[in-house]
Amino acid sequence: MRIARISGEKITKEQEQVDVNLLDSLIEKYKDKKGNLIPLLQGTQDIFGYIPREAFEKISSEAGIELSDMYGVVTFYAQFRLNPVGKHIIKVCHGTACHVQNANAITDALKELLKINDGETTEDGMFTLESVACLGCCSLAPVMMIDNDTHGKLTGGQAVKIIKNIKIKESN
Amino acid sequence: MENIKVIVGLGSCGIAAGANKVFEKIKALKEADNLKFELKKTSCIGMCYREPLVEIVDDNGSYLYGDINEKKAAELIEKHILENEPIKSYVVQTDLFETPDKDFIEDQVKITLRNCGYIDPEKIEEYEVRGGYRAIRKIAGQRISRLDVIQTVINSGLRGRGGGGFPTGLKWKFANNNKADEKYIICNADEGDPGAFMDRSVLEGDPHAVLEGMIIGAYAIEATGGVIYCRAEYPLAIKRLNIAIEQARENGYLGKNILGIDGFNFDIYIKEGAGAFVCGEETALIASVEGERGMPRKRPPFPAESGLWQKPTNINNVETLANIPWILLHGSEEYAKYGTEKSKGTKVFALAGKIKRSGLVEVPMGMSIRDVIFKLGGGIQNDKKFKAVQMGGPSGGCIPAYLADTIIDYDSVNATGAIMGSGGMVVMDETTCMIDVAKFFLDFTQKESCGKCTFCRTGTKRMLEILTRITEGKGEESDIEKLEELSYQIKDSSLCGLGQTAPNPVLTTIKYFREEYEAHIRDKKCPAKVCKQLLTYEVDPEKCTGCTVCAKNCPTDAIDGAKKEVHFIRQDDCIKCGTCYTKCKFDAIKIY
Ligand SMILES: Cc1cc2nc3c(=O)[nH]c(=O)nc-3n(C[C@H](O)[C@H](O)[C@H](O)COP(=O)(O)O)c2cc1C
Ligand code: SF4
Ligand code: SF4
Ligand code: SF4
Ligand code: FES
Ligand code: FES
Repeated sequence: MRIARISGEKITKEQEQVDVNLLDSLIEKYKDKKGNLIPLLQGTQDIFGYIPREAFEKISSEAGIELSDMYGVVTFYAQFRLNPVGKHIIKVCHGTACHVQNANAITDALKELLKINDGETTEDGMFTLESVACLGCCSLAPVMMIDNDTHGKLTGGQAVKIIKNIKIKESN
Repeated sequence: MENIKVIVGLGSCGIAAGANKVFEKIKALKEADNLKFELKKTSCIGMCYREPLVEIVDDNGSYLYGDINEKKAAELIEKHILENEPIKSYVVQTDLFETPDKDFIEDQVKITLRNCGYIDPEKIEEYEVRGGYRAIRKIAGQRISRLDVIQTVINSGLRGRGGGGFPTGLKWKFANNNKADEKYIICNADEGDPGAFMDRSVLEGDPHAVLEGMIIGAYAIEATGGVIYCRAEYPLAIKRLNIAIEQARENGYLGKNILGIDGFNFDIYIKEGAGAFVCGEETALIASVEGERGMPRKRPPFPAESGLWQKPTNINNVETLANIPWILLHGSEEYAKYGTEKSKGTKVFALAGKIKRSGLVEVPMGMSIRDVIFKLGGGIQNDKKFKAVQMGGPSGGCIPAYLADTIIDYDSVNATGAIMGSGGMVVMDETTCMIDVAKFFLDFTQKESCGKCTFCRTGTKRMLEILTRITEGKGEESDIEKLEELSYQIKDSSLCGLGQTAPNPVLTTIKYFREEYEAHIRDKKCPAKVCKQLLTYEVDPEKCTGCTVCAKNCPTDAIDGAKKEVHFIRQDDCIKCGTCYTKCKFDAIKIY
C-alpha cells in the first residue's frame, strides 16, 4: 500500500519562510502544457527540496490545477516530499543486490550515528536518511548515494566514516 | 605518441569507483608534461568488477587496465606511454596475450552493447563512425517501405527485452495498422527491477543507439512524437540523453522531413519518472506521462489502439530499441543466427550479488545459467557454495543450483517458475536465506502496489506478515499452505503484471527451498544464519578475554561476567540484536 509511505506535513513552530516568487518562471513554462503536473512538482522540489504548502496553493491558483489532484500525485510517487530535507540527502540502496550484500548493516549504522529513523532528518537539518531501490551500480553493492556522489562496496563502518568526514568539512 | 589513445570508463559505477579522479590525474599529468597522447572518455565497458578501467591503445593494439587508481594511473603514463612498456600485471583484457579475465569476454557477442565502452557517448561523430545512423540513412536512401522495415524486425525474431518477451515486429504491425493523426512511440527506461542495470549502461554508454531505434520505430509506425520515460535515479543517463537528442536535432535525425523522407516529422522528449515501480507497466506509464497517478488500467483497449492522449502508442524497452538499428543494418538473418528456436539474438545480463565478476555481459540466448555464472562470472565470491540465482526481479523467482544447466531463453526460464525479466541476475550463496529473499521482494511489491486491486493491495500485505513471522520464529505449521493459497488468489484477481507476478518469488522459494521454510517454522532455525531472531548467541570460553565490551554494549544487560573473566549470555534476556557479535574484537561470540 503506497499509503504506508506517506508522511504528512509536520507543522513546526518556526516554519521557514518560503519565497514562492521563485516559482514564477517554472509556472510560466509549464502553465498551459498538457501533462504538466509532475514536471511542475519536480521543478518545485528542485527549488525547495520539498513541496511547501504555499507552493501547492500558488501552483493551484495560477496553473489551474485542483489541490486534491496535486496532493494525490504527490503522495503517489516516492520522489515527492512534504517536509523540508536536510542539507545532505543520504540514499542507501536497498535493491536486491545490495540487500543480499547486507545493506541493512549500513542503514542500521547510520541510524545509530545520526539518531534518526529511515526517512527522517537530523535535528540540526544537516542530514536526511532515505532508502531507495537500486541506484544502478549493483556491481559495487552495497551502495549509497550522498547528494550526487555514489559510494560502493561499503561496510557500516565505512559509511559512518564518510558521514563523519562530511560533518568535519561542514564544521570548518 | 600522437597515435596513442587513453580511454577512461566513466559510467555511473566507474565514477562511483573513482574513475573521475583517475581521469583528472591523467589529464593533469598530460598537461604538466605537455604529452601528446589523446585522452578520451567512454562509458560502461562491462567489467564493472574491475572499475576504474583505463584502456590504452597503441600501435600494437589495445590494453584494458583494471582496478586503476591515481597511483597506478601515474605508473601507466610512466611505463606504458613514456617507456612504451605495458604493465602486464594490470591488464585485464587484450588480444595480445592471455589474461585471467579472458573467460569473461570470450563467449560474449556484442550487439546491443556494440558501442558501449568504445565510444564517447557525448559525441555523435563517434557513434556515426561505428555505423551509427546508417540504418535510418539506408531506409531513407533506399526508400525502404514501412512494412518492409516491420517485416525485417518480425523476421529477426526479436522479442521485447523489457520482460514480457512479446515479438517486437508484431507490436509494430499493430501500431501501424491503427491509423490516426497523432501516434506515439515511448521508450521505457524506467528499469524498475532493483538489482538490474542493463538499461542504465546502454543509456549512458550509447544513447544514440536508443534514439536511432526510436526513429526507425517512429518511421515504421508513423509516429509523430516520442517520449523517453527515464527513472530519476539515473541522472547521468538523463544528461547524456539530453545531449544526444540535441545533437540528433542538429544533424537532422530529428525534426521535420527527416533525411528527406517527405512528411516524416518526429521529435523526442524526456519524461523523468518520479519513483514508482508500477510505472514500468505500460498503461501506468502512460498515465504518469500524462501527469496523473501512475495506476494501471484495464486492457483492452491496448496502447496500440488508444494510449498516450488516447492516440495509438507503441512502448518498447531500451534494450529492444538499441537492437533495432543493428538488425536493420545487418539484416534479420544475421540476428536470427544467434539464439534458440523461439528466442533469437543476444541478451544482456547484469550480474550482481555474490558473484566474483559482477558486471554486464551480452551472450547469445541459449547459454546455460552455469556457463554465465561460472565461466563468465567466475563463480561465487570467496568460493562459497552456489545456492540460487534470482532472475526477473520482483516478478521473477529463484532458480536453485541444481537447475544450473537450464538454458537461458524465454521458455526454459519460464518453466522453472522464474522469468527472464529484463536481465538482472542476482547470485546467492549459502549465506543467503531464501525466506529473507522472498520477504524482501514481498516487502517491495507490497509497497509498490498501486492499491487498485484488493488482492494485490491487501494480499501482498498478508503474505508479508506471514513471511515476517516465519523469519521471527513465530511461524505456524499451516503457513506454507496459506502462502500458496494467497499466491494463487493474488495471481487470479490482479489487474496488472505487478500483482499477477508478485507471488512468484514466494512460490519459487517454496518450490525449491521448502526444507528451509520448514527449518524456520518447525525447528525455529535459519540455516543460512540470516534471520536474527532465530539465532542463538553464545560466548566461546576459549576465545573470550573478558574485555567486557559486549556486556557494556548489550541493550538488555543480558551478558554477565567480571573483568578479565569469561563472559556468559543469559539466553532468556537476550533479544538477539547481534550487537555483541559485531562489537567483540576477539571473535568470541558464536552464532548457532
Ligand atoms: C509492474 C511492471 C513493471 C515493469 N517495469 C518495466 C521496466 O522497468 N522497464 C521495461 O522496459 N519494461 C517494464 N515492464 C514491461 C512493460 O510493461 C512493457 O511490457 C515493456 O516496456 C514493453 O517493451 P518491450 O516489448 O520492448 O519489452 C514492466 C511491467 C510491469 C507489469
Ligand atoms: S495488480 Fe496491483 S499494481 Fe496492478 S493495478 Fe492492481 S493493485 Fe495496482
Ligand atoms: S567482547 Fe568478546 S572478548 Fe570481550 S568479554 Fe565479550 S565475548 Fe569476551
Ligand atoms: S545479541 Fe544483543 S541482546 Fe543478545 S547478548 Fe548480544 S548484545 Fe545482548
Ligand atoms: S541493488 Fe543497489 S545499486 Fe542496484
Ligand atoms: S564497467 Fe562501469 S558501469 Fe559497467
